[in-house]
Amino acid sequence: MLHSAPLPARLLDELRRILPRPGAVLDAREDLMVYGYDGTWYEGFPQVVAIPDSAEQIAQIVQLANRERLAVTPRAMGSSLSGGPVPLRGGIVLDTKRMNRILEIDEVNFLAVVQPGVINADLQAAVERRGLFYPPDPSSMRQSAIGGNVAENAGGSRCLKYGVTSDYVMGLQVVLPTGAIIRTGGKMVKNVTGYNLRALFTGAEGTLGVITEATLRLLRKPPFSLTAMAVFASIADAARCVTEIMSAGLTPCALEMMDDVTMACVEEMFHLGLPVEREAILLVAVDGGQRELVEAEMEAVSGLARAAGAVEVRVAADAAESSALWQARRGISPALARKRPNKLGEDVSIPRSEIPRMVRAVRAIASKYALTIPLFGHVGDGNLHPNILCDRHDAAELERVGAAAREIFEAAVACGGTLSGEHGIGLLKKQFIELDLGSEQVEAMRRIKAALDPNGIMNPGKIFPEPGGVGAFKL
Amino acid sequence: MDQQVDGSAGHPEARYGGAGRMSDATVAAHEQAAAALADFVPAANGFSGRDVPADDIFNRCVRCGLCLPTCPTYVETMVETSSPRGRIALIKSVAEGQLDMLSPGFVHQMSECLDCRACEAVCPSGVEYGKLLEPARTQINRALEQQRGPVRNFVRHLLLHVLFGNLAVMRVVSRLLWLVQRLGLQAMVHKSGLARLLGMQQMIELAPRVSDKFFVARDQRWEAKGAKKATVFLHGGCIMATAFAEIDFATVRVLQRAGCEVLAPAAQGCCGAITVHAGDMDAGRELAKRNIDAFERSGADYYVINAAGCGSTLKEYGHLFHEDPEWHARAVRFSAKVRDVTEFLDQIGIDENLGRIETTVTYQEPCHLVHAQRITQAPRNLLRKIPGLTLVEMNESSLCCGSAGIYNVTQPEMSQRLMERKAKNAAATGASCCATANPGCQLQVQAGLRREGSTMSVRHVIELLDESYRIADAVPAPATSRGTPATR
Repeated sequence: MLHSAPLPARLLDELRRILPRPGAVLDAREDLMVYGYDGTWYEGFPQVVAIPDSAEQIAQIVQLANRERLAVTPRAMGSSLSGGPVPLRGGIVLDTKRMNRILEIDEVNFLAVVQPGVINADLQAAVERRGLFYPPDPSSMRQSAIGGNVAENAGGSRCLKYGVTSDYVMGLQVVLPTGAIIRTGGKMVKNVTGYNLRALFTGAEGTLGVITEATLRLLRKPPFSLTAMAVFASIADAARCVTEIMSAGLTPCALEMMDDVTMACVEEMFHLGLPVEREAILLVAVDGGQRELVEAEMEAVSGLARAAGAVEVRVAADAAESSALWQARRGISPALARKRPNKLGEDVSIPRSEIPRMVRAVRAIASKYALTIPLFGHVGDGNLHPNILCDRHDAAELERVGAAAREIFEAAVACGGTLSGEHGIGLLKKQFIELDLGSEQVEAMRRIKAALDPNGIMNPGKIFPEPGGVGAFKL
Repeated sequence: MDQQVDGSAGHPEARYGGAGRMSDATVAAHEQAAAALADFVPAANGFSGRDVPADDIFNRCVRCGLCLPTCPTYVETMVETSSPRGRIALIKSVAEGQLDMLSPGFVHQMSECLDCRACEAVCPSGVEYGKLLEPARTQINRALEQQRGPVRNFVRHLLLHVLFGNLAVMRVVSRLLWLVQRLGLQAMVHKSGLARLLGMQQMIELAPRVSDKFFVARDQRWEAKGAKKATVFLHGGCIMATAFAEIDFATVRVLQRAGCEVLAPAAQGCCGAITVHAGDMDAGRELAKRNIDAFERSGADYYVINAAGCGSTLKEYGHLFHEDPEWHARAVRFSAKVRDVTEFLDQIGIDENLGRIETTVTYQEPCHLVHAQRITQAPRNLLRKIPGLTLVEMNESSLCCGSAGIYNVTQPEMSQRLMERKAKNAAATGASCCATANPGCQLQVQAGLRREGSTMSVRHVIELLDESYRIADAVPAPATSRGTPATR
């Protein structure tokens, strides 16, 4: 979108009274045009950008917006992969990243109280300096903020063993769409007083309120870990191996897969010596508090991998070797980004038992539409990231990408899976949500939304589908 | 006001049942906004002619945001517009005719960027940010030349073309500065209002204590000590050869000792970094041609430089000659032989007969070494070789100090904020010396530390190596004009 109508002067003045800090209210065209995107290729155009420093200021801004029926789109680092921070109805982009203080690290209760603009990796570093551990590790952890992590219920590699963001949210401070400030949950481990609203706001993608503070559970940092790479001649064997490791009751902290297409892309870029002639590799990490147990678990994992047909299992001898293996994993996204101008990163999540079937489906879709779709992901928890490589300025190709994306969603649902494991629905998948949840469940969600946000001001246009259903899907 | 325009084009969900239902007035407002969209007038000033930021570079940006936490101006302002991702989006908007090239926000952002390239070093998609920024600045400058008054154009010409374009002029100006300093006249210049008149208060505050003896390239040849490993062309630089001439002399000695025959051909000139960063690629090309030609005639194996800012420009000469195949090929061949002195010494190995320096040193990474040239370990490896020297890392060692060529003149406020941040990080290490590898950083960090009230000295890595050799040889230190040995 090129342009939106300017905000009336009286509203700008009112915003400036709420946010007196110079530069806290931006309305120049140059500023508005850079607050309309995220990590997808969707774009919007707000009428004004508000950069508050406190929950109280946010409450006043939301009250103003609710009175004037202005859309409010919360945002922190804008690294979303589903379109969450894209302002679709003009209005106010509410940028929370100046609120970036770690308010408390409580070593007795094992928790941290943080503002929404704190970057995930900064929180991890701060708690690890005290021997503590915040497990959720989205690949974007160096550039994504806790506010967005909570809003999208972000995951990551370690979620296989340790769970996703919502498993760590003990309490939230939220500004409701009507401007009230509430606190839900807190430092207590057990808490069944009333509805579990903190679970509702976690993963609500900013459609039910603005997260202004989070109380997050911490663990003791596990002192021992081991990493191994298992090489498979057939991707079907790799997929079966995952099922066997998990059904044996082992709990690796990460279990990642890369297929041959992915390996070839990574190898071309980084020359790490990956076995590109093989169909797939698995990367496995195990961790824990006792060396012997960690070693025994790795032994068991390696044995299962060999039994499942691994042609090679290489356990990293030291930290340097294991870091080299994870470098290959971290190199995937950069390598794919350089392969073609654009990539559409999918995020389907399926029951682990269905991994072989989903892998076959993605391969068939790639060949049907003549597209390159590297397949990798957090295979241990069933969360796969088929990435469709393309040039979005090539209209014919983009049409095939759209059709392939749609078939991938449909295949995931057919496998008993879901559209998104960790990125959120946002704009990218909203046309498919009824396919997954059914219209009655979506209607129930709409009623929750309407109850909390009667004027529909909070991050409008996300999650819920446009008329036309799947047929109206466009990239 | 009973109708609120909310800036969207009649979005279907507004009329759709369920939650998020908007009132009819709001829907009407959507339509009104759609009309506003149609009214939008395309930008009057766009990119044109030579040196247009390339769409195949800015289209590579996938907007992941990984660059944001590495960008000094973003970290300071926390505003998206002041981030690499924001600036790339603005450049794209100008290229696509959606934003005027001379709009105040765009001109400001192209100037506020330090060109430190920290974003480029972390970019997963390989966006060559510097190759977008420098053409964008060049485009703005060409357009502004017509709007700037003749006086400002003349001052700019003097600075970029006459001063940096000609090493003899640089030496004359430096000698005048030397005279002012030796006669203790700085205060007078400051008070006279002359500094303010020229808008150069900070520049004068930052001005280095100029060396007594300049390094002048006059086709000298210094023999290698021991077995000869290579013949190197030493680029003496401009600021380095005058304000920091003793670093050039030290570089010669350290290179000789590493087994290099060192040549200083007189035909060399300024590398063009200052002009290219300031958005004058035409002048940059002329300077580049002179150095390429001088190197080809010299017969040296490598072109060695001790200033990180110059090094990154010398290594990117190819980019200047996109539209000239013959010079492009020569430039690419030339750049392949350019080495930063720390990179070169780390590669070929140094004489390890080093003297003891009992001191704690922290290392400030010049942006054009760490980000533009991706050299991080070489300077640290060299420092660690000095017996007795303890290297302690500072926080944010690779965050720009705010010097950035002539940035401290063009963006004094942001430059000072970054200078203070750097000085605090350096001082917090408790080291007695801050090592670096670029004259701009050296001046800036020195000024910042002085303002912090710190007595920490700031030295080039090569100076420390040279001092260590002197100690090994038990040769007394020569009378340096600044007198800040690390051992003090």
